[in-house]
Amino acid sequence: MAEIRYIDGLRQAIEREMERDTSVIVLGEDVAVGGPFGVTAGLVERFGDRRVINTPISEDSIMGMATGAAIAGRRPIIEIMFIDFVTLAMSQLVNHAAKLRYMSGGQLSVPLVIRLQQGAVGGWGAQHSQSLEAWFQHVPGLKMVAPSNASDALGLLRAAIRDNDPVLFLEHRGLYFRKDEIPDPGTVPSLSTAKIMTPGNDLTIVTYSKMVWEAVAAAAELAQRGISAEIIDLRSLSPLDMDTLVRSVQRTHHALVVHEAVVHGGLGAEISARIQETAFDWLDAPVYRLGAPFAPVPASPVLEDAFVPNAKLIVRCAEQMIGP
Amino acid sequence: MSGRRNYEGVAENSDILHRDMLQRMWLIRSFEERVIDLCHRKQLAGLVHVGIGQEGVAVGVATAMGDDDYLYGTHRSHGHFLARGADPNGLMAELAGKDTGCCRGRGGSMHIVEVGRRLMSATGIVGGTIPLALGTALVAREEGNVVAVYFGDGASNTGSFHECLNMASLWKLPVVLVCENNGYAEFTPMSAHTVVSHVSVHGQPYDMASQIVDGNDTLAVLEAARNAVVRARDGGGPTIVECLTYRLRGHYVGDPESYRKADEVDEWRGKDPIRRFTSVLRDRGAVTARDVRRMEESARARVEDAVRFMQESPWPSSASVADFVYA
Repeated sequence: MAEIRYIDGLRQAIEREMERDTSVIVLGEDVAVGGPFGVTAGLVERFGDRRVINTPISEDSIMGMATGAAIAGRRPIIEIMFIDFVTLAMSQLVNHAAKLRYMSGGQLSVPLVIRLQQGAVGGWGAQHSQSLEAWFQHVPGLKMVAPSNASDALGLLRAAIRDNDPVLFLEHRGLYFRKDEIPDPGTVPSLSTAKIMTPGNDLTIVTYSKMVWEAVAAAAELAQRGISAEIIDLRSLSPLDMDTLVRSVQRTHHALVVHEAVVHGGLGAEISARIQETAFDWLDAPVYRLGAPFAPVPASPVLEDAFVPNAKLIVRCAEQMIGP
Repeated sequence: MSGRRNYEGVAENSDILHRDMLQRMWLIRSFEERVIDLCHRKQLAGLVHVGIGQEGVAVGVATAMGDDDYLYGTHRSHGHFLARGADPNGLMAELAGKDTGCCRGRGGSMHIVEVGRRLMSATGIVGGTIPLALGTALVAREEGNVVAVYFGDGASNTGSFHECLNMASLWKLPVVLVCENNGYAEFTPMSAHTVVSHVSVHGQPYDMASQIVDGNDTLAVLEAARNAVVRARDGGGPTIVECLTYRLRGHYVGDPESYRKADEVDEWRGKDPIRRFTSVLRDRGAVTARDVRRMEESARARVEDAVRFMQESPWPSSASVADFVYA
């Protein structure tokens, strides 16, 4: 079975979809030279500068331009170099990309992929490390996915490009050079289904992106302590695959949501509320959330370690929930 | 589709073309006067902006465009859309929030779209359609088509206006940037919000063609817009066409207009683009007083049809509130 890096999965997805469909175009800062991480390297040589458009540092207009190209029949993929910079493009994203289908009564379609790189890794500080997914799950009209591995980076990005709605594609910088097997490189998965990474009986850990691997490490530790944890990789953050979550919680009777984003007002709050609304009678304990403290992302390595949740914290929280 | 022209077989400055333009100006005027009336009677709700006094810009620009060219509006776009042949029934019903509205009642006055006529979008965000227009221009340049986008003097102070001037010029995109400079950004006069004397001045640092035109002189707008459309279609890149005009009514329906003097409004009423264009055509013998009366009557009758259509149309079902959020 072929093994590739997460970052190669992203590039292959873009290449394959650009080969397959001439309406797919790429826009963003530095995309002609591959961007800071090399995701788009080689694309302009292959597809030309009419399809791979290197833009100035003008996020709001890049977002608007991509939307304007989408409603005229293109399938743009835009790269916002760091999710922190999407703050500069919020009006076009929230007021146009997300709403044009609705406001036009279905006349307009916005098949747009917004690639966003995020994550607290390497001490890059408060403006190059944030996890902002909670903001976007609150906006009707947007979809959002966050792959945890190379196979999903490839498959979900292809699915996002083919989707007819705007999709925020959250890439974790800390996963870019992770290698995974690609079981079936030709398959394009559903954009909106969660995946059970590790089956278990005592506790459901709901997580996504890089935290999946902290949960996997935690599950191994918990297994040694006699606790069988089931790990659900959400993959899609909007919409949420509540069926998979609820079915799992009905078996394990415990749910713990883990994300790298700040706990307060985070995605975990929504997930937790919906689990208790639909599966309250099956729960043996409150739904718990683990995430970052209510602080900006610090630069110091010591503080960054204190900021990002880890396997040890997951183990401790799980043990408290299950009891002795 | 590529560069299909409007008015196939009609000579460029013929009487027949100019009469049609005047007729459309009357349609816009009648439509918006009736909209104000319906707002006062509480038959229309929402935040409604009318462009009475700016019809010369709307019709001049629309006439210069080809059928396959794309248009983007602002928050004040009933006239932009009607000038380009939008269906008055669908527009009036949209303003009322009826299910037969062009956007099924989801958009309202500020978010009208009629994609069949390439009326891509109006917007409630000042300057918000300029980036959209650039994106559509990436498509239009492959088709031989042009994109026109309206904005006001207020929008020239947004960041993305400048981002877009840079990119449109850098890539020589087929865009016509039509500034309706009506002298006010909402309630603030241009002298108090902008350091440069004219919006078109911004063309120069961005190496972009620009032109200032009397926006209440309909034929001057037509000529300037034609030049800009031809330049865009021929690969010469974008143009700012700054049309100096004035809105004879408030910023929105219900605006008490405490920020401007009645004298100023009266002075501009004397420069009413419909009256001016009518006298040009009368002096030339292209229309008689009777023709003009008939134009007004027929416009008002068409608007009454639209009002009837709107009144008789059903509301959207409450159960459909979340339809059209996703594909």
